[in-house]
Amino acid sequence: MLKALVKLTLPALLVASGGLQANEDGSTLETVKEKGFLSCGVNTGLPGFASPDDKGKWSGMDVDVCRGVAAAVLGNADKVKYIPLTAKERFTALQSGEIDVLSRNTTWTLTRDASLGLNFAGVAYYDGQGFMVSKDLGVTSAKQLDGAAVCIQSGTTTELNLADYFRTNGMKYQPVVFDTSDGTAKGFDSGRCDVLTSDQSQLYALRLRLSKPDKAVVLPEVISKEPLGPLVRQGDDQWFNIVKWSLSAMINAEELKVTSANIDKMKSSTNPSIKRLLGIEGPKGKGMGLNDDWSYQVIKQVGNYGEIFENNVGEGSPLKIERGLNALWSDGGILYAPPFR
Amino acid sequence: MQREMIEARKPPVLSVGFIGWCREKLFATPTNSLVTVAILYGLFSLIPSFIQWAFVDATWAGASSSECSSEGACWAFISSRLDQFIYGFYPQELSWRVDLFFIQLAAVLAWLMIPVLPGKKYSLAYGLIVMPVTSWIILAGGLLGLEPVDTHDWGGLMVTLVLAMYGMLASLPIGVLLALGRRSEMPVVKTFCTVYIELWRGVPLITVLFMASVMLPLFVPEEIVFDKLVRAMIGIVMFQSAYMAEVVRGGLQAIPKGQQEASDSLGMGYWQSMCLVVLPQAIRLVIPGIVNTFIALFKDTSLVLVIGLFDLLSIVQAGLNDPAWLGTSTEGYLFVGFVFWIFCFGMSRYSQSLENNRQEH
Repeated sequence: MLKALVKLTLPALLVASGGLQANEDGSTLETVKEKGFLSCGVNTGLPGFASPDDKGKWSGMDVDVCRGVAAAVLGNADKVKYIPLTAKERFTALQSGEIDVLSRNTTWTLTRDASLGLNFAGVAYYDGQGFMVSKDLGVTSAKQLDGAAVCIQSGTTTELNLADYFRTNGMKYQPVVFDTSDGTAKGFDSGRCDVLTSDQSQLYALRLRLSKPDKAVVLPEVISKEPLGPLVRQGDDQWFNIVKWSLSAMINAEELKVTSANIDKMKSSTNPSIKRLLGIEGPKGKGMGLNDDWSYQVIKQVGNYGEIFENNVGEGSPLKIERGLNALWSDGGILYAPPFR
Repeated sequence: MQREMIEARKPPVLSVGFIGWCREKLFATPTNSLVTVAILYGLFSLIPSFIQWAFVDATWAGASSSECSSEGACWAFISSRLDQFIYGFYPQELSWRVDLFFIQLAAVLAWLMIPVLPGKKYSLAYGLIVMPVTSWIILAGGLLGLEPVDTHDWGGLMVTLVLAMYGMLASLPIGVLLALGRRSEMPVVKTFCTVYIELWRGVPLITVLFMASVMLPLFVPEEIVFDKLVRAMIGIVMFQSAYMAEVVRGGLQAIPKGQQEASDSLGMGYWQSMCLVVLPQAIRLVIPGIVNTFIALFKDTSLVLVIGLFDLLSIVQAGLNDPAWLGTSTEGYLFVGFVFWIFCFGMSRYSQSLENNRQEH
């Protein structure tokens, strides 16, 4: 009876006190090993991050993060069950134990980290709000947009960021509001506004929906911080570490120029950093309860961060997003993973 | 004096035939003429460009939207993904089971709906009791040596039909019981039914689905993993049976009290008089209302996209987000609209023919 009462008052408690631990007893690692696949919450469809192809196979950045975790834990990147989630359901699905990892272009914010009973295991993609204008306008910076008509999706944080940005810079703008991101693209295409604003990763996808994609250009300014990353439940530090280090393995691999293609050759490398990364020496997998070759499997089956980026959103994809902030720290970006030592 | 009948003269040329029809229906008054001209102008300027876009310039096959011409429709998006739109993520080698489900559904509907076919009673019993069970076994498997397929892999038109079918089959009997309960003289039953109906009719379906998907998993112990599709289905049935109850109650109220009294005097009990005398008449009266509710239900199933289930609409939307197919949203939504229209139009035509039949008798 008491238990039932507690369950009934849960939603209130969740918001107020920092959530519940659904799988308090059994560790997530054991659960995943037992059932033989990883349950991964993804977007119901976001170009370059998660979308099913015509065979029903999921691909994208967020999807590859999950594939990496599956490769580390189960030794097989294909042992993932994708659970498409809407923005509103995503946290409940993780809290209730329906999924093991939430990799659904979720922005890391203080509120989410502190009050949902969840932890962000790292940043898989640094996004930020940007602007797209028609090339004919000859605009090269967002600072020149005073008085512009701006197409925007209603009810998003983008709307607030836009207002903040224009107010701080003492400029005026005229909002043209649509209820879907598709609508904003159509509005921009038909000339109802001069500027289209949204998260940069979105802008590149929206650009492809225009009748003449080459005529539009994404401006360099980024007016908000949107670090996107995978989440796990609080209270299972081992699982938290596994997700965090699966991601780190991909980033370190790019730094050490280890790719899915050359990894077998790299095994005979004399570089101690590479040896530690591939689990030949050094910490290996014991501390996390994984096999010693876990990081080898991640890189071999999924690839390093650079490969994932290029295949899903970069030059190898229709989106053609530039690395920008998502380049390695050594290449002018801010991507930086702790060392394997 | 005129002795013979004057032969009837032909009506003036301008008031009969095509010209007469036009004058009477299209150009009767100046306002009428203006509206007619405006509409004709609209049609002439829209239809040719639509045909040009949808058929003449269209691309029918291809592997990505970059292979489509920018002038015309990109039907290649539909043709290359048609299987996915119908079967969802159902394993390809097992898709015959989905076909079997479609065939069973079509056969039962035909049996029920085509007047000359015999054994209507059995068809109703089969449709209401046997079909839900066999359909589930066929689709979900796990019995009779069929390989189990997780509902998580279901999608597309199949999910739309599954939700609509179970929604219709369950909401009709529950709705009838609720309607009878609301007219009952037993206070507890009456109050319960009234509260139930008013409660469910007072909330939008979208919130019901939301509760079912987001809140329910938090209430139940974590060992019980409720299937998301089943959760949505229960939500839809609860919601639609309240509406169905009100439709049926309308029919019950139209039956004169004398009918019930007459059956009472023949010594029939409550259930006998209801099932044999009152309900058959009442339901026949409200067939248009029932079909209306069914059509609404069928269209409402697409709301499950808010809880991340891939029905026909949301699987098309997911396909639109495949980087290879960006920019084909118009084609996708037209296709979905067309499929929904075919089903709903079919239902409404059937209900019309039923009404016409009834009037002849």
